[in-house]
Amino acid sequence: MNDTSPMGLPATGLAQSAISARGLVKTFGKLRAVDGIDLDVPRGMIFAILGPNGAGKTTLMRMLSTLSRPDAGSATVMGHDLVQAPHEVRAAIAMTGQFASLDEDLTGRENLVLLARLWGFRGRAAKARADDLLAAFGLSEAATKQVRDYSGGMRRRLDIAASLIVTPGVLFLDEPTTGLDPNARKDVWGMIRGLAEAGVTILLTTQYLEEADQLAARIAVIDHGRKIAEGTSRELKAATGSGFLHVALADVARLDQAAAILERRLEHPVQRSAEGAELSVLAGTAKAANEALADLVAAGIELSDFSMGQPSLEEVFFALTGQPSLGESRKDDKP
Amino acid sequence: MIDTTSLQRLQRVARPRTPSALSNALVFGWRAVLKFKHVPEQLFDLVMTPIMFTLLFTFVFGGALAGSPGEYLQFFLPGILVQTVVFNAVYSGMGLSTDLDKGLFDRFRSLPIWSLSPFAGLMVGDILRHLIAASIILTIGLILGYRPEAGTLGVLAAFAMLITIGFGMGWVFIVLGLLIRTPTTVMTLGFTFLFPLVFASNIMVDPGTMPDWLRAFVEVNPVSLMTTALRGLMGGGATLSQVVLALIAPVALTAILAPTTLWLYLRR
Repeated sequence: MNDTSPMGLPATGLAQSAISARGLVKTFGKLRAVDGIDLDVPRGMIFAILGPNGAGKTTLMRMLSTLSRPDAGSATVMGHDLVQAPHEVRAAIAMTGQFASLDEDLTGRENLVLLARLWGFRGRAAKARADDLLAAFGLSEAATKQVRDYSGGMRRRLDIAASLIVTPGVLFLDEPTTGLDPNARKDVWGMIRGLAEAGVTILLTTQYLEEADQLAARIAVIDHGRKIAEGTSRELKAATGSGFLHVALADVARLDQAAAILERRLEHPVQRSAEGAELSVLAGTAKAANEALADLVAAGIELSDFSMGQPSLEEVFFALTGQPSLGESRKDDKP
Repeated sequence: MIDTTSLQRLQRVARPRTPSALSNALVFGWRAVLKFKHVPEQLFDLVMTPIMFTLLFTFVFGGALAGSPGEYLQFFLPGILVQTVVFNAVYSGMGLSTDLDKGLFDRFRSLPIWSLSPFAGLMVGDILRHLIAASIILTIGLILGYRPEAGTLGVLAAFAMLITIGFGMGWVFIVLGLLIRTPTTVMTLGFTFLFPLVFASNIMVDPGTMPDWLRAFVEVNPVSLMTTALRGLMGGGATLSQVVLALIAPVALTAILAPTTLWLYLRR
């Protein structure tokens, strides 16, 4: 039945690699959007590409999904060469872009039937496939509504369902939860985990550290088109150093002063939490942290709480890129 | 929300055989038909302007221009059909621009399908639009007293020519749609380019009373050539040279812009 047999193992040493990329480059005029990225994603893994807006995440995804031709470098996806055999790559992947790639005028069911027919399901089989997917994604009741009337979460679900008409070897998800409310986000996370359990390799991009932390077995951090770190969430945190000092201030008004004191004593950039009253900084040793706390007390700054511990992924990101992440992230995901 | 068990069951469905390029193109054609079902308003957009024009020109200006509204309608109707088709070509460019903007084409491009099949679908939609709009205008013309002297055969030939014109013009807007991300800009640019072509033509009035410089333009304006041929086909007495002259623009546009479309699309 399989003309292209994307799941068949090619007779090379890369058999276990879903994606293997070497030195991928994409330039737009003078901007090197992707500037020499290597990537190895084993089969069956959820792999996250983490980076701020404009880091080159989407450009990288577009190259790996054959939508954009690399200017230099090479890659194989499920054993097929990206440039030499794009059609075979397309038969082995599915791509869910940053914005729901659906026809707003059509109903959810029609969108899926359209894609099922393009994949080669005929007549009744295409409709059955569409209905099965709608049921699995909890969209049966909305099947005959036009997509323009769908909520953000429903669109995302339909969009991902549309990527599963034929089970892909690799599923590319470009910022799958951007713009979703927390409930819809949890929903999409569950869906992604379910797919991974079913054996689909997933490459996702995100600017949410919490998302990468929660979902991905491995994380590559990219910034300005380059990969600046890669590893498991635990490895990334360990590499940044474990001596992070977190302090919470009783008086928010003295935040600037406290940050200045910490920065002077510890000589590392200070990161502010999203909530505003907390500061985090790499202290290195407990002694250095003690001295810094003493400075705060000497300046008459009252602390409501303090702790030493592993950095959150947000702090890892901050330490690696020198900038706070742009996506919202929460502090309660600290280990 | 998501049912993991059924999700895993879904993974086990056998992959169907790879469909043919024709099958891909037909699926996109089906999409165009669905659009008519879900966005019937687009037909309203398509036919309202030409209907207004027909009524306005026939009853307000017709007497002054041709002696009587009836005589003017006889002159004007084939021209308004050309105008309708030429203006309607803007729609596929707008649709394409919307699809590109929404990322829909990214999904199509990441599928293992014949890469030009989405355009084949746009063309099917175009042809349907032209046929529907032209039929409505012709029906209104018939009600108002228009009589195609060349009979049914002449009308059929005229419709075939309208589709050819629409097909050729369609490429202009497909290229614009590929280049421009905002649908409304495609429309504005399209009309900026089309208005002089349509109004400085022989659709509304005989160019005999125009100043020399304008008449020189009107006589070589492709829209005039199309209108002349269509009048001949519907009213009888069309010559081969009229038909050939009318087809120059659509054929040239297709020959130049179809490869341009391919190049622009694959380059993205």
